[in-house]
Amino acid sequence: MSAVPGAARAAPISAARPTPARSPVAVALRDAFLSALVALGLFGAMIGLKTDAGDSALYLTPRPRLVAIAVAIVFVGRLAMVGWRIWRPAGTPSPRRLAATLAHTGRYVAPVLLVAAVTLPLYAGRYWLDLGVLVLTYVMLGWGLNIVVGLAGLLDLGYVAFYAVGAYSYALLAQNFGLGFWSALPLAGLFAACWGIMLGFPVLRLRGDYLAIVTLAFGEIIRVVILNWTSLTGGPNGMSGIPRPTLFGLTFTAGGGQGSFADFFGIEPSLTQRAIYLYYVILGLALLTNWVTLRLRRLPLGRAWEALREDEVACRSLGINVTITKLTAFAMGAMFGGFAGAFFATRDAFISPESFTFIESATVLAIVVLGGLGSQLGVALAALVMIGGGEMFRDFAEYRMLIFGAALVVMMVMRPRGLVSGRTPSVSLGTAHEIPPELIAEGHG
Amino acid sequence: MASSTPAPLLSVEDLTMRFGGLMAVNQLSFTARRGDITAVIGPNGAGKTTVFNCITGFYRPSEGRLALSHAGGDFALEDMPGHRIARRAKVARTFQNVRLFAGMTVLENLLVAQHNALMPNVRSGLLAVFGLGHYRGRERAAVDTARFWLNATDLLARADDPAGALPYGAQRRLEIARAMCTSPVLLCLDEPAAGLNPRESDELSILLRKIRADGCSILLIEHDMGVVMRISDHIVVLDHGKKISDGTPDQVRNDPRVIAAYLGEGDEDEIPVEAAQ
Repeated sequence: MSAVPGAARAAPISAARPTPARSPVAVALRDAFLSALVALGLFGAMIGLKTDAGDSALYLTPRPRLVAIAVAIVFVGRLAMVGWRIWRPAGTPSPRRLAATLAHTGRYVAPVLLVAAVTLPLYAGRYWLDLGVLVLTYVMLGWGLNIVVGLAGLLDLGYVAFYAVGAYSYALLAQNFGLGFWSALPLAGLFAACWGIMLGFPVLRLRGDYLAIVTLAFGEIIRVVILNWTSLTGGPNGMSGIPRPTLFGLTFTAGGGQGSFADFFGIEPSLTQRAIYLYYVILGLALLTNWVTLRLRRLPLGRAWEALREDEVACRSLGINVTITKLTAFAMGAMFGGFAGAFFATRDAFISPESFTFIESATVLAIVVLGGLGSQLGVALAALVMIGGGEMFRDFAEYRMLIFGAALVVMMVMRPRGLVSGRTPSVSLGTAHEIPPELIAEGHG
Repeated sequence: MASSTPAPLLSVEDLTMRFGGLMAVNQLSFTARRGDITAVIGPNGAGKTTVFNCITGFYRPSEGRLALSHAGGDFALEDMPGHRIARRAKVARTFQNVRLFAGMTVLENLLVAQHNALMPNVRSGLLAVFGLGHYRGRERAAVDTARFWLNATDLLARADDPAGALPYGAQRRLEIARAMCTSPVLLCLDEPAAGLNPRESDELSILLRKIRADGCSILLIEHDMGVVMRISDHIVVLDHGKKISDGTPDQVRNDPRVIAAYLGEGDEDEIPVEAAQ
């Protein structure tokens, strides 16, 4: 009975499309021609016309050759793409098989990355160390946001607010109460977690787009408050002279001197020592984030987060307090954001509201989405590619964002659910299999 | 419907649910006895699912009382939020359109259902992060409970498969298993036989009888009259939000008002043409 309407619907579609009669070559050529036409429309004005400033006016210089080249590239590229799809030789790995291989090798990627990260100071110079610190900061932020977005499925566009709260907490505690980095760190995390709960309460009933907008506004509110509360935060001038972290009371200073790390061990003082120390501090903090997340995933709370992402109504029917569960996700994510913020403050010894703009939230969210919602390894890889890669391309100056944008588009076309999109079950009776991304809900608040 | 047993498990008194001007449930009263399978039937739009949503805390009733009493205590369900009804009053439910955690495995679905047993309070939750506080033992017990219900619903072989990849009939069974993992006193099933083939319906009847035999009372919404008549001890018939009949399957089957509601004959309020639908 139910099959009849489906069959009736299918019939006219196949009748209307006389595809079998047309040769694949014609199909490919037609497709490529249409793409070239679109490219002509787009590039005709964008590349084809250039304005030059003359003596007193602007002159329009047409550049037909450049347009022709661009259109030709699109034509050939599209032809090759369609051709590949039609005449793909048998036995070529399909994207799905490729993903399976990737998941298989993924098991070895994580340990290799970890070893590389731990041993980096042994063979890397100062530049690489600083880059490593930067990447690891984003890895940590990504892992923190992953709890909220990836596990609990709550889209948070204002994550930078917690980063800012952590940074300013440490700066203010150090300035007003003379606390050091290690004693202020837990407090910074705690304050950020409190703000996470404060944000959580009003948005409990919101879902999807509405949740995203409110969290975005929250991020901006924090930044604007910091910017305008000049008497406390220094406003746009920021706060400077934030103390550097110490190792059991040993300081890292360029000049060495009494009570410094170099003095204690009787070695030549150098700023590289501080860079190495900072590197290991952030590596430790990031690994702590990772450990807690992995641990919680196997515990009732983490499972409740994931269940919340899958189906909130069903959660309630099973006796799970949805309010508490959501708030813990916000608080936990915010806490790690706060830790990262405190580290950021101690790393640069200077903070200002400029460091906590929306673009930071967007970058961290992009890292989580690119890496694959809920995947720890994916987020680490995405941070490496996005932040590390972004630094690599610094020489290309203005083309950097172009390359970056193109990479994002290609990435999302090839792997719409992120680099590592499968989900590893948290518990199993026999052997655990990776859960394909099609089945996993993305969460809607 | 002689109430020979002491206090009923669930007694619904004058339950009324209004959505704006729409009266979905109107002055409904009935009781569900301990150890019974009580079926709520009626034509589409009669208000059956609304009654369920009131009992399980998804809606707050406009008027009326929902009293549940069992060994764990007496509960006024109309004042409790949904998660507390499941947790404290021990009422579990399934949904008309299956609501599983599709991206989690079958076993994980059953462990999520035991959330409160696994994490009885904040302290134990915190200790569990460091592997302290007998968490391992609790988890082992939870996996055993899950295994028991997987066995009962014939899903043991698929324990490690994602719930979303199961065939429809298995998803229905898993939803029942998941509800049972909360160790309920009252299980509310919203059309559990919808979309099942005759053999699966028979298996469902056997499963529900087994659940009843294990001491869990059942409240059932169902359109499959074969299943309803075969397993119910007591049937409540709703039409347009009102109760039109209440009794044993035989009484209900022969009640002219029920026949009228289903076939549209002899009802003063309705013109006979509507029966053609």
